[in-house]
Amino acid sequence: MTALAEAPTPLAKSFGGPILTVENVTLAFGGITALADVSFEIREHEICAIIGPNGAGKSSMLNVINGFYNPQSGSITYKGVTRTRMRPHQAASQGIARTFQNIALFRGMTTLDNIMTGRLLKMRRGLFWQAIHWGPARAEELEHREFVEHVIDFLEIQSIRKTPVGTLPYGLQKRVELGRALAAEPDLLLLDEPMAGMNVEEKEDMCRFILDVNEEFGTTIALIEHDMGVVMDISDRVVVLDYGRKIADGTPAEVRGDQAVIDAYLGVVHETESTS
Amino acid sequence: MSSGLSEGDSFPKLLISNAALRAARPAMREKEFGIWQRWTWAEVLDEVRSLACGLAAAGLKRGDKLAIIGDNRPQFYWSMVAAQVIGAVPVPMYQDSIAEELAYVLAHSEARFAIVEDQEQVDKLFEIRRPQEKTGEAYIEKIFYKDSRGMRSYKQDSLLSIADLQAAGRAYDAENPEFFATEIAKGNGGDIAIILYTSGTTGKPKGVMLSFDNIIITARNSVEQDGLSDADDVVAYLPMAWVGDNVFSLGQCYVAGFCVSCPESTATVMLDIREIGPTYFFAPPRIFENILTQVMIRMEDASAIKRRMFKFFMGLARRVGPAILDGRPVAFLDRLGYAAGRVLVYGPLMNTLGFSRIRLAYTAGEAIGPDIFDFYRSLGMNLKQLYGMTEGAVFVTTQPDGEVKADTVGKPSPGVDIRIADSGEVIFRGPGVFREYYKNPQATAEVKTADGWYSTGDAGFFDDDGHLKIIDRAADVGRLNDGTLYAPKYLENKLKFFPHIQEAVAFGDRRDEAVVFINIDLEAVGSWAERLGITYGSYRELAAEPRVYDLIADEIAEVNRDLANDAQLAGSQIHRFLILHKELDADDGEMTRTRKVRRGFVADKYAVLVEALYSGADHAEIETEVTYEDGRKGAMKADLMIARAATTTAPAPATMKIAS
Repeated sequence: MTALAEAPTPLAKSFGGPILTVENVTLAFGGITALADVSFEIREHEICAIIGPNGAGKSSMLNVINGFYNPQSGSITYKGVTRTRMRPHQAASQGIARTFQNIALFRGMTTLDNIMTGRLLKMRRGLFWQAIHWGPARAEELEHREFVEHVIDFLEIQSIRKTPVGTLPYGLQKRVELGRALAAEPDLLLLDEPMAGMNVEEKEDMCRFILDVNEEFGTTIALIEHDMGVVMDISDRVVVLDYGRKIADGTPAEVRGDQAVIDAYLGVVHETESTS
Repeated sequence: MSSGLSEGDSFPKLLISNAALRAARPAMREKEFGIWQRWTWAEVLDEVRSLACGLAAAGLKRGDKLAIIGDNRPQFYWSMVAAQVIGAVPVPMYQDSIAEELAYVLAHSEARFAIVEDQEQVDKLFEIRRPQEKTGEAYIEKIFYKDSRGMRSYKQDSLLSIADLQAAGRAYDAENPEFFATEIAKGNGGDIAIILYTSGTTGKPKGVMLSFDNIIITARNSVEQDGLSDADDVVAYLPMAWVGDNVFSLGQCYVAGFCVSCPESTATVMLDIREIGPTYFFAPPRIFENILTQVMIRMEDASAIKRRMFKFFMGLARRVGPAILDGRPVAFLDRLGYAAGRVLVYGPLMNTLGFSRIRLAYTAGEAIGPDIFDFYRSLGMNLKQLYGMTEGAVFVTTQPDGEVKADTVGKPSPGVDIRIADSGEVIFRGPGVFREYYKNPQATAEVKTADGWYSTGDAGFFDDDGHLKIIDRAADVGRLNDGTLYAPKYLENKLKFFPHIQEAVAFGDRRDEAVVFINIDLEAVGSWAERLGITYGSYRELAAEPRVYDLIADEIAEVNRDLANDAQLAGSQIHRFLILHKELDADDGEMTRTRKVRRGFVADKYAVLVEALYSGADHAEIETEVTYEDGRKGAMKADLMIARAATTTAPAPATMKIAS
């Protein structure tokens, strides 16, 4: 009999070097500065939360990372390669996948087909082969379907495999969107408010999936979230933005005690507010 | 097609026989990654062999108990037989039990090893084990899991995946090639095959010990009676800890050699049934009822033409369908109409439900509503009732083909003798009567005599055709203060036959009149409310809606009219009722895991409400404790309305005969 008195305790997580480095990024739309001189790092295998009050520039930050916006100044170093401009499809082919704040699925297509679209960048056969759907294209599709089935199994959405996503409840649509991002086998997964609008049970499920993705596949995750309980529970590190500036960066415990963060959330009278 | 029945007095021996008779025929299927994976009998033998050797190598000994906790998965069925190979006893447990319930069964059964599905079950076992390790009690020594998801960081050496267990088994097998055959030869029909814990409507669960003979002889009799063969297909979707699954998916499967298919997940069962198209199907009445409710709801949303066609042909089917099924004479024109209906309505409907290939279907466990029963039979499904229990390895009575009635449970199964005691209790003896309750000789002595008669605790009688009719639990049959016979379950069942009523709990023993608690069916009443434009935000709001009270009051009045026709039961009409603010739930102890209401418990918990029903008040306040799925508790406060139901005062001159 093994004398094991301990309950299962997760091994201490080990992180690699930085997979993504954001340096002095500034992004402005006309006269409005969305991000001002923001710098931080995301290390391999970690779950990094980006938090901040409404309009702090969180979504803009994600959009800069995956190449949807190009910053006016500053640089993004991803997997050791520094670039100032990157198109979203380049980001995707380099292993950056994301989900959206407002679900962006193909509503008329089934769960299965939606997740299959996550494999598009991995498909090598051209239009000709896809059109006749025979021989190599078929073999390729089977291979991708198998991968997608693993994603479906992982996210426990077998029962809605053939259901058009437009008819699904919100929480499940969010899960399908995560599935589509996972189908791209990302190295860096960006989640824009994965738990917005969910009830407690759906949130707990989603937390478990995020932790499992991180643990099982070693995927690095950057997420934006408003639910502080969730953020403090699952993140390894938290970056806090306020009015486009980074005001804190550290472990959940460190950030929780940070005076600047408390002020930002509880609302101290800002200079910009007092002038308006 | 059929290669005949298999021979052997234990499951391992039957397995060897099957692997010889039909090596290449499918024995099991499981849908995984969107595809039906299949194992032939030869492959199953190989899997069981590696599991048995692995368990032996890990230290499981003859007489030890092996806990099995999970959904219906091939690996778990194989593990049961693997344990039996080496003389250990498998103890399947309900996978949705909370840790506290599981702890009792684990400790009582003295299980040394456990084979479980996933992280959820592993966590539960560790939660149970932690305090036991400190106090030095016996605890689960080794845990084998199927699904490695989320288990990456679990590094305990008492944990191993089933795949690793099988790899170790293959190595052990290579070193001891004689081991497997020698161990199988040591077993025989008198050995204990399995211990099944009955959820029990009262007290702690009891471990029912069934021998190989109990299960295999009963299975063989029923296979012969109903002509099952290896051409049949069965979907295993009911809990493995329930006796029925053991008799259908293991007993009958190993005797007849048919293929058992395991669903992809609990949420996909209906889809999977549709894909497999089982030929032999068992479902408790509530599942048949749910399917019918679904059909009716979907028909209400269908186009006018489809609705009219459905109504017309279902009317015809109800009139002549059962007669055609039983081979009784039917007018030519009706026969022609029924044939047209088969093409236009019945066939497509059965196909949508996955029932096209069903040759034989059984239901048991509770009384089934005559409407529900007739619906399936009129569509051409040979749905029959049986009466059985864990202590009898299921088959006690069955309805023979051509003698099917909605309100009886049929004639004694082959080899079963039945008597009705003076108290009205049903007593039987037969090949399936269990050995004893594990470590509980007192409980055994209460229900089983030395010469093998088992007291079921059910009250019933034989009708004129020799069919057994069960009316209620013998202990529950009571009398109102004026001496009128009062059978609560009889009332509850009549109420539950209405699609809007999910559960009913009746009170009346030693009272002046009968009253009931009602649980509405959220889906059916919700859909009804939607059509009337009644808005509601939750179960609780819907349950408190006055128009829902009116709906239920009408249905109770109908039951009362029905009761009034029965001289014996006319006095037990329902006078007052209330709709509960929450659904009765097994997690709160209000129901058993097999979803039977624990009336005594409910009466205690809601004593305030019962008193209010008798006090004449028009509302009552209550605060109850609820247990969430993760075991946390919370409180719920409610103010419930109490309503009066119309009773029928002038009973028609009735003639009711009770044969005995």
